[in-house]
Amino acid sequence: MTFLYVAYAATWIIHITYLGTLVQRYKRLQREIEALQK
Amino acid sequence: MKRAFPIFAVLTALLLSYALYEALVAAPTEKTMGDVQRIFYYHVPSAWTAFLLFLINFVASVVYLIRRSHSADIVAVVTAEVGVVFCTVVLVTGPLWARPVWGIWWTWDVRLTSTLVLWLIYVSYLMLRRFSTSSQTPLLAAALAVFGALDVPLVYFSIWIFRTQHPQPVIGGGGSIDPRMLHILLLNWVAFLCFAALICWSRYRLERLRREVEETQALESLLEPRSLR
Amino acid sequence: MSLAAITRATLAKDLRLEWHSRDAINSMLFFALLVVVVFSFSFDPNAEESRQIAGGLVWVAFLFAAVVALNQTWARELRNQVLDAFRVSPAPANSLFLAKALGNFIFVCVLEALMTPLFVVFYKLRALGPAWQLIPVAVLGTWALVVNGTFFAAMSIRTRSREIMLPLLLFPISIPAILAMVNATTAILTGELSAWFWLVLLATYDVVFTIACLLLFETVLHAE
Repeated sequence: MTFLYVAYAATWIIHITYLGTLVQRYKRLQREIEALQK
Repeated sequence: MKRAFPIFAVLTALLLSYALYEALVAAPTEKTMGDVQRIFYYHVPSAWTAFLLFLINFVASVVYLIRRSHSADIVAVVTAEVGVVFCTVVLVTGPLWARPVWGIWWTWDVRLTSTLVLWLIYVSYLMLRRFSTSSQTPLLAAALAVFGALDVPLVYFSIWIFRTQHPQPVIGGGGSIDPRMLHILLLNWVAFLCFAALICWSRYRLERLRREVEETQALESLLEPRSLR
Repeated sequence: MSLAAITRATLAKDLRLEWHSRDAINSMLFFALLVVVVFSFSFDPNAEESRQIAGGLVWVAFLFAAVVALNQTWARELRNQVLDAFRVSPAPANSLFLAKALGNFIFVCVLEALMTPLFVVFYKLRALGPAWQLIPVAVLGTWALVVNGTFFAAMSIRTRSREIMLPLLLFPISIPAILAMVNATTAILTGELSAWFWLVLLATYDVVFTIACLLLFETVLHAE
């Protein structure tokens, strides 16, 4: 039973980590765009 | 288009939660493996999604080699990256399922090993893209993707021979699957496909934006010295 | 000039240069020697055990040594702008690729010929199966490593930290070939199983990837 929950949790941790990196990259781009607009 | 994204996101979230409920609560418990078998509803759809993404990556790479279109290249980057994420999920949930059922974390089984090799190939693909200094990175990456695709049948075949020469743990394959289970499996697959499409969509926009910014930066640096003078 | 003539000319040039400097072969030999000695220390197997593990050890040693040579394939040409000259010349790109791949093939074969006696001595090897089959295994296996290695070396010269990039690209793709070489060698040494499956697999791998390299090399060479 614990294995089941670990597996489901791991799946979502991996997906959310990836989404986190996407958000981070997006924020960095946003900063660069602001720097360009100046 | 702008409004379609949040609507799609909400729908995907609803679908995923419904699929999660079905997998954890509504699905019948398997007789021999018990509740652990429910990993199946996440493991298998992730694997199918990953393979589908790698297939799209291969097609996009071939299209790039023929047509040199930028969108094909962006599709290739996006599907490779998201595919690696889904493949990682497969490789993590696989051993977590194997441990309680077979008593071992890992076995050099055909499907397991081929998935691992596929993962390795696509990680090296992403590394090449990251470390390349050439302006022709898409071309090099597309060539590597073609090599990877050619490799897949050879990997599968070689491990298949390798395994038939060695003893292997009995894997509870074969037999028919409960129609209710199949139904929930497909439901989960649809949910994960929507989720993958959603990530790919945002990653695609990100990549587009990144390239635009890079181009503008290059233009700026060309113009800058002149404006100083 | 025809493809064969240019290939021959480029190959002759490379072999002559190598004969004068012996850079690649010396570094490869010394590297493989180190691997043999270190492995021999750390395992110290008896004759029976070494039959089981020698296939893996031999090919790992040759694989790493081959990477040393492959990394040097394009370095000289890059330094002296030979690649740029080749790009503007009407000579077919594949002749350059074939010459480089054949050159590397010869280097690695020389290395294998020199190192095999050492392995036999250090690991007390004696094949129980048909030993002559080791020759096709070595030839097909070496070509499998070298043809993709030459191609990926041409790709990795366009990256940062190119020396590290080559094995990162080459090893995942080479897994079926490595598996085939190791298992064929083990099958021949232990004499328990037939190596034919693996030889067929290696031959298929060679054909598939030689064709792929020849089809794609021109695009990769002109990518700058």
